Amino acid sequence: MTTTQASAEVAAAVAEAHRREWAFVLAATVRLTRDLDLAEECAQDAFAQALTSWAADGVPVRPGGWLTTVARRRALDALRHESVARRALPLLVGDDVEPAVDEVLGQHEDEIPDDRLRLVCTCCHPALAREAQVALTLRLICGLTTAEVARAFLVSEPTMAARITRAKKKIASARIPYRVPSAAELPSRVGAVLDVVHLLFTTGHTAPAGTDLVRRDLVERSIDLARMLRGLLPDDADVAGLLALVLLTDSRRATRVGSDGRLLLLEEQDRRQWDSAEIAEGVVLVGEALRRRPPGRFALQAAIAAVHAQSPTWADTDWRRIVTLYDALLEAWPSPVVALNRAVAVGFADGAAAGLAAVEALADEPQLAGYAYAAAARADFLRRLGRLDDARLSYEEALLLTENAAERELLQRRLAELRR
Amino acid sequence: MAQYLVLIYGDEKAVGDAGPALWQQLHKEHVEFGRTHEKQIAGGNALESTGTATSIRRNEDGSQTVTDGPFAETKEALGGYYLIEAKDLDEAIAIAKDIPTPFGGVEVRPVQVIDMSS
Repeated sequence: MTTTQASAEVAAAVAEAHRREWAFVLAATVRLTRDLDLAEECAQDAFAQALTSWAADGVPVRPGGWLTTVARRRALDALRHESVARRALPLLVGDDVEPAVDEVLGQHEDEIPDDRLRLVCTCCHPALAREAQVALTLRLICGLTTAEVARAFLVSEPTMAARITRAKKKIASARIPYRVPSAAELPSRVGAVLDVVHLLFTTGHTAPAGTDLVRRDLVERSIDLARMLRGLLPDDADVAGLLALVLLTDSRRATRVGSDGRLLLLEEQDRRQWDSAEIAEGVVLVGEALRRRPPGRFALQAAIAAVHAQSPTWADTDWRRIVTLYDALLEAWPSPVVALNRAVAVGFADGAAAGLAAVEALADEPQLAGYAYAAAARADFLRRLGRLDDARLSYEEALLLTENAAERELLQRRLAELRR
Repeated sequence: MAQYLVLIYGDEKAVGDAGPALWQQLHKEHVEFGRTHEKQIAGGNALESTGTATSIRRNEDGSQTVTDGPFAETKEALGGYYLIEAKDLDEAIAIAKDIPTPFGGVEVRPVQVIDMSS
């Protein structure tokens, strides 16, 4: 093997370890430092050292254990030499006594506690604004750089850096604890984490603006996060529901945009290209998530995605079942957007006139007033009913409301068809 | 342990309109809250209405102007506070949620620890 090949392999191994193990390494180091910035520095140092050490000694059997041990040794060194006065922020509070130095140094890799649930619950604490929760999750759990987080949310790097710094300051100064919430608190706290992961997924799946419909990086990160949570909370039905939802939605990724960059509707997609492994995994998870009564929001959304995923053709879609699932979803998670999706399903189950009536029943919802999908759904039903002038007006309204280039193209295509 | 100042905000007009029976009830609830969390309450008081407030602002030339009224006119005005001691924000929030607030809500602010030695 040439040196270049070897170093490329080591670089790939480090990159893989970064994606899989970053959160574990950082979480275990935060427990020692009780200081997020210092822990991040030490974890970054460990990954940097891996590049040289692994090239010389080979990739360790358990890269995560190796990295955590190195990061924690760095942390102990830093803590010994650091003067407390230099510290900018108070230490994080937790609920356990700090382990003695000897104990940490003597700790076998297998004994390092998994603190990822603490870290993720701290990042998504309800006392932090949602945009701060999202930024911290990408930065601390996924290990993205501030520049990458900024790019993901289309804000400047200084803006994102300020947001992250402010959130870290609040965690330390307001004493947001580094702790797994009590059993009573856990469901609502996990709920906040799931909301953040779902938001990351939808942001990546339908980028709000620009030419790329799918932001692959965000989608992959959010699937990784959902898998991590599934590993940490294997009995949680909401976690199973969320993982199912992101897998089933993502299974259609390859077919959502045509070779010419055009947005393809579910109806037009080549179902043979849907990711069958993701569908199979998602369907099993849906079954598990639906066993809890009443089923949660993500489980029901995933169940709807599963109906589509399992339907061999568009014409075979079981719209009756989809309407039933939307009825349950409206109970579990009432929202005008869910009501709109239900109205669209009614249109397929009972015909365009019924669909239009259901959409128009939502005309007074203020939340839907500026929503492109509402106008687009109304336009589609009007078109199917042959009311072409009304349809044209609604497509034009929808065009005014969306900035996503692929969605705009679809609406313009429909408009052009009507003008023919 | 850390200290948190819990500021109680409420609609003064609604408080005024509530009448003696409700005021008495509210008083009772505060006494009960005080008893439940006795060990963690370091202080607290109700404030007279913002109609009794006086604000003093410093001008650009360094002089001071005294005016009638609260510092900021808001629909929900500061009406009282508790100083509580808690080990972390979660505990502070749990205590603050027990404060009777029929006319508004509370804001939880960590008290800054100033190190005078450096």
